[in-house]
Amino acid sequence: MSRGDGDAGDDRGGDAGDRGSLMARPGPDGRFGEFGGRFVPESLMPACLELEKWFDDAWSDPAFRSELDGLLRHYGGRPTPVTECRRLSERLRIRLLLKREDLAHTGSHKLNNVVGQALLTKRMGKTRMIAETGAGQHGVASATAAALFGLECTVFMGEVDTKRQELNVFRMELLGAEVRSVISGSRTLKDAVNEAMREWVACVETTHYCLGSVMGPHPFPYMVRQLQSVVGAEARAQCRERLAGSDPDVVVACVGGGSNAAGTFAGFVDTPARLIGVEAAGGAAVTNGVPGVLHGMYSRLLQDEVGQIEEAQSISAGLDYPGLGPEHAHLASIGRAEYSSATDDEVLDAFRLLSRTEGIIPALESAHALAWVARNAGTAALPHGSTVLVTLSGRGDKDVAQVREILAGRRDG
Amino acid sequence: MADLEKELRARRERGRKLLIPYLMGGMSDDWGKALEAVIAAGADAVEVGVPFSDPMMDGPVVQEAGLRALERGTTPDEVLDGVARAETPVPVAVMTYYNLIFRAGHKRIARKMASAGVGAAILPDLPIEEIGPWAAEADAAGVATVLLVAPSSPPERVARICDRARGFVYAVARMGVTGERADLGSDAAAVVGRIRDCTDMPVCVGVGVSTPEQAAEVCAVADGVVVGSALVRRLLEGGGPEAAAAFVGSLRRAIDEV
Repeated sequence: MSRGDGDAGDDRGGDAGDRGSLMARPGPDGRFGEFGGRFVPESLMPACLELEKWFDDAWSDPAFRSELDGLLRHYGGRPTPVTECRRLSERLRIRLLLKREDLAHTGSHKLNNVVGQALLTKRMGKTRMIAETGAGQHGVASATAAALFGLECTVFMGEVDTKRQELNVFRMELLGAEVRSVISGSRTLKDAVNEAMREWVACVETTHYCLGSVMGPHPFPYMVRQLQSVVGAEARAQCRERLAGSDPDVVVACVGGGSNAAGTFAGFVDTPARLIGVEAAGGAAVTNGVPGVLHGMYSRLLQDEVGQIEEAQSISAGLDYPGLGPEHAHLASIGRAEYSSATDDEVLDAFRLLSRTEGIIPALESAHALAWVARNAGTAALPHGSTVLVTLSGRGDKDVAQVREILAGRRDG
Repeated sequence: MADLEKELRARRERGRKLLIPYLMGGMSDDWGKALEAVIAAGADAVEVGVPFSDPMMDGPVVQEAGLRALERGTTPDEVLDGVARAETPVPVAVMTYYNLIFRAGHKRIARKMASAGVGAAILPDLPIEEIGPWAAEADAAGVATVLLVAPSSPPERVARICDRARGFVYAVARMGVTGERADLGSDAAAVVGRIRDCTDMPVCVGVGVSTPEQAAEVCAVADGVVVGSALVRRLLEGGGPEAAAAFVGSLRRAIDEV
């Protein structure tokens, strides 16, 4: 591959356009096409290399897989259902199905990943997990898994997010985790990742960094996608059952780092379904980002002309991230997945729309995917009569107080 | 532009321990004066930080200095221009993060460094696995890429790192980010030993070395020492070039007695 000096992108390997190898294991350098890699301090390189071995070993071990499946089933509430949205489908004149990750234990898809990583932490003989969190979903999930396995847990959360997600801070503490409020930089998700990385450098011998999304240095983007692929695998089978053996025309998921989207897409990448990732308008790394290196990965990032990372701006703390996972950057560059964005206003509308038409309050993150559907239904992008699967990545209980404040502010203002 | 490795080897041969202070480029109006002052106070080379928005390897003091520099609107080119303007009779290395290098373009920034009189670059988030495209351009421009060996680096990695390192080998004294510590920890001597098994390049110890006593302690086993946060803190506190020179002078005296 080649990078820098304006010559990036001329060597993407031989897999472009070959659907058979899409979303397979990345090469030994941890790259998806040109994106990915391991850009971490030497202090962490041995840990990344070891983690890759540990994960490969575990993932190919039937005992590990069956323990994980059993936990997801009997503890996590899997499989989650696919719900057909009758009233909203009628209104939008499409056929809308929701993959209900909001019904999984802890209220989002995040548990799939953390149960796997917590099992791996035990397998590696480590006694402590650290995690970053934005909205708090991954933090709550990590604290939950840590409690389940008797691991120590520290969650790093930007100060801005600890304020807008106060209840989740308490939830994590209730589960026995320590929450560290991060006051560096923009005090949001990106800074929580920085602080978790710094902590990991200091404690790597005893501590596993339970990264919450398909981002960071290899093997995290691959490992987290594999752990989330249960979402796509279930959804694919469930859709075929409902759609007389066929796949949806369009599959939509929200993208911050992109773990629920990666898990969902993994189930449909070899079908004819169009794959749509929806970012926050203020954190649209595919649309507005350029290639660069942050948090251990080479991906698309919001940055200025000299390479300083820009702060994302979003109503949803979980999508308030200036980059996205390297596999998404790859899927975008070869055109297998399309990436769009939704504004805060569109998201609030979608949040209320689903609540009122289907009795389901979505997480603000998930509302981005719904906003794309609502905006595009009946246009060339999503013609009437289309069959659409949206991964509802989480439930909106955590967002209710924030949305109430925003709506009240609008009425008063 | 001084050749960093040649310069450091020559000084080592004269029996001198190497003192490499670190300061953040653009952190104040008079940072160029501070750079000259620490050289006059006995530095054998200087590390100049180029501020990055997300410094993963740095603790609170260097983070704060970087933030101040960015708030002053400091760009990578301005730091390099500042080095070019300053009176620097010893080699200067820049320390920064890879995204700034990648964004600028490897060739352009390597040449810019060379023309500014910067002899070396330290990029802590660019491990040997990923170094190829940068190192090719840096070598071509005559900029030495200094590499870090950590307490966690196994022997086979230490050998590969030493093989690829230019200028000197940076021995990371402890697992963790930059910042002042009350004690040195117990890893430094072992890391230096593992490096010595692979190379006769100069070996300097950094990360957490904070006091003249600690500097002397590491110089008993290493060829030299990098001191960052303890110096940067004095500058953040408003001590200016005088306080910086006084502190570097105290480090100089301590390691000269080793």
